[in-house]
Amino acid sequence: MAGIRFQSIRKVFGKTVAADSVSLEIRDGEFMVLLGPSGCGKTTLLRCLAGLEHVDGGRVFIGDRDVTDRAPRDRRIAMVFQSYAVFPHLTVFDNIAFGLKMQGRPRDEIKRRVEESARLLELTDFLKRYPAQLSGGQRQRVAVARAIVMQAAVLLMDEPLSNLDALLRLQMRAELKRLHQEIKATTIYVTHDQVEALSLGDRIAVMQSGRIVQCDVPMNIYDYPANKFVGGFIGTPPMNFLPGVVHANGDGPTVVVGESHLAPAPAFAHALSAKNGEPILLGIRPENLTLAPNQQANTIRARVRVVEPLGSHKLLTMQVGTEISKVSVAPDQRVAPNEDVWLHFDPEKIRWMDAATGEAISATVE
Amino acid sequence: MPSTLSRRYILGRVSLYGGAILLALWTLAPLYLIALAAFSTRQATFQWPKPFLPTDFSIDTMQFFVNSRGVLDSVRNSIIVALLTIAGSLVLGAPGGYALARFRFRGKEGISLGLLISKMFPTAILSIPLAVTFLQLDLYDSLWGVALVHIAMALPFVIIVTAGIFVGVPRDLEEVAQTLGCNRLQAFLRVVLPLALPGLAAAAIFTFVISWNEVFAATILTLRNRTLPAQVLSGLNDSPLYYRYAGGFFMIVPALIFIFLIRRYLLNLWGNIVR
Repeated sequence: MAGIRFQSIRKVFGKTVAADSVSLEIRDGEFMVLLGPSGCGKTTLLRCLAGLEHVDGGRVFIGDRDVTDRAPRDRRIAMVFQSYAVFPHLTVFDNIAFGLKMQGRPRDEIKRRVEESARLLELTDFLKRYPAQLSGGQRQRVAVARAIVMQAAVLLMDEPLSNLDALLRLQMRAELKRLHQEIKATTIYVTHDQVEALSLGDRIAVMQSGRIVQCDVPMNIYDYPANKFVGGFIGTPPMNFLPGVVHANGDGPTVVVGESHLAPAPAFAHALSAKNGEPILLGIRPENLTLAPNQQANTIRARVRVVEPLGSHKLLTMQVGTEISKVSVAPDQRVAPNEDVWLHFDPEKIRWMDAATGEAISATVE
Repeated sequence: MPSTLSRRYILGRVSLYGGAILLALWTLAPLYLIALAAFSTRQATFQWPKPFLPTDFSIDTMQFFVNSRGVLDSVRNSIIVALLTIAGSLVLGAPGGYALARFRFRGKEGISLGLLISKMFPTAILSIPLAVTFLQLDLYDSLWGVALVHIAMALPFVIIVTAGIFVGVPRDLEEVAQTLGCNRLQAFLRVVLPLALPGLAAAAIFTFVISWNEVFAATILTLRNRTLPAQVLSGLNDSPLYYRYAGGFFMIVPALIFIFLIRRYLLNLWGNIVR
């Protein structure tokens, strides 16, 4: 068991900067998710940790050891690849036993440990089969079993679920979470699927263009995105953004969105007053908008465009001025397309962002 | 409308298969005639008009050829040279193919292209300097010398073909082996090699055929230690017709059998090495 420290990691491929001075600390036993769109550098960062890529700058520490210049096999890591990379010429047993055999473990220990991890992943009945005789989900489990049998200090997973179909992915997601609770290995998990990230991570590091934009516990990432990119990347559907202008007078600031005046939560009064007359971005999640029967405080006129009943809730596509917003309402809410309604904004749930940079404006703590 | 369409379809099919049959005949007819003559009596080769069906089957002609002076020795020589060629070209070529398949480096395209261009260089121009050099190096008229030339001829082929084979083994497998305790060499030996083995075997067989059939260098660089094609060629003008037929058939057969065995791989052999 060991923590991990990335210290100003830099990695360049030709002219593309895959990791731009990335620093990140992962605690012993923590499940850290690297989340981001494809090409953001998350897999590169993982491969730098595994030793499959040489860093162009910075140091990598596992526990107290500086492993920057060490070969993958000297790093005490185990890795699950996106393609599973199960050895086609070996049986399931020999696949799982591969690493232990390389370590020269005694025969009975290999057998015991292989059978134990096969049991954890429900592969006991398949030990004598070859990968070609297994389904995609079973192969994926072989790849996981082969990694955890090593009892390595650090477990690395590179989009391990992305090649599975939707239902199996849901199942394996819960399996991986249970597995982590059992073996408690420090885990780094790379994914572009924000639901996986929210569900699995103790913490999530959101990456964009080779940088970590925000690193926090899942609910903070969800509720308090650090910028427009994070809010727009996380959540299905993602956060809505509406442009507005700050108006500050003696009674504190209001934000004009369309024809309505919205009163920000008191914690933001100070920060927003300083931006009097400046454009600003209002970010709010679909479930924090409600339909109001008439005009009230903090409501905006909007027109329903599309109604999608999704069983557990209804998803509305609304036109707010020239912008489109998604609103999630209870399944029994009566609403019809082309209806004009009042949208109520919960001021506590609004995330204010700088219109130019997209960076979130922080609340002032009194 | 449908009837004209289907007529056009039928016409297309007929010309396709007709063309294929013509091409096959073009190749198979000489083979058949050689085989026919090789398994007739010696007198039958002089008959005219020739019978197109095996009327008087006999192994007399083949026996005469095999028992002719120098033939068995030259067969032995041919096999030794071919085995040396396989060993040499794989030991030198496979690492080159691996490098082309796995690594990105400056001049990679140039090297791939250069390998092909080297195949365009006519051996005839090389023959005199080669013979002189071999005389100086005391390699003239030795099997090692012939094998050396064959290795040089087979190398571009072996490099390009093995590169195609190694590209077919996913890099992930090698990397996962490295994370599981292998160094690069162990990962290659334990994971890549077993998976590449059928393809490498096919490449070896094809190299065998190249060496077995090669006549020009073998003729120029040897006097007494002839390989089979050189042996047959050197006596060609003085030998009777049936000897030539039997010799031709004898040389064709191994190539035919081997190519038949690896036919499944042949299309993959010239696989794509560009990633």
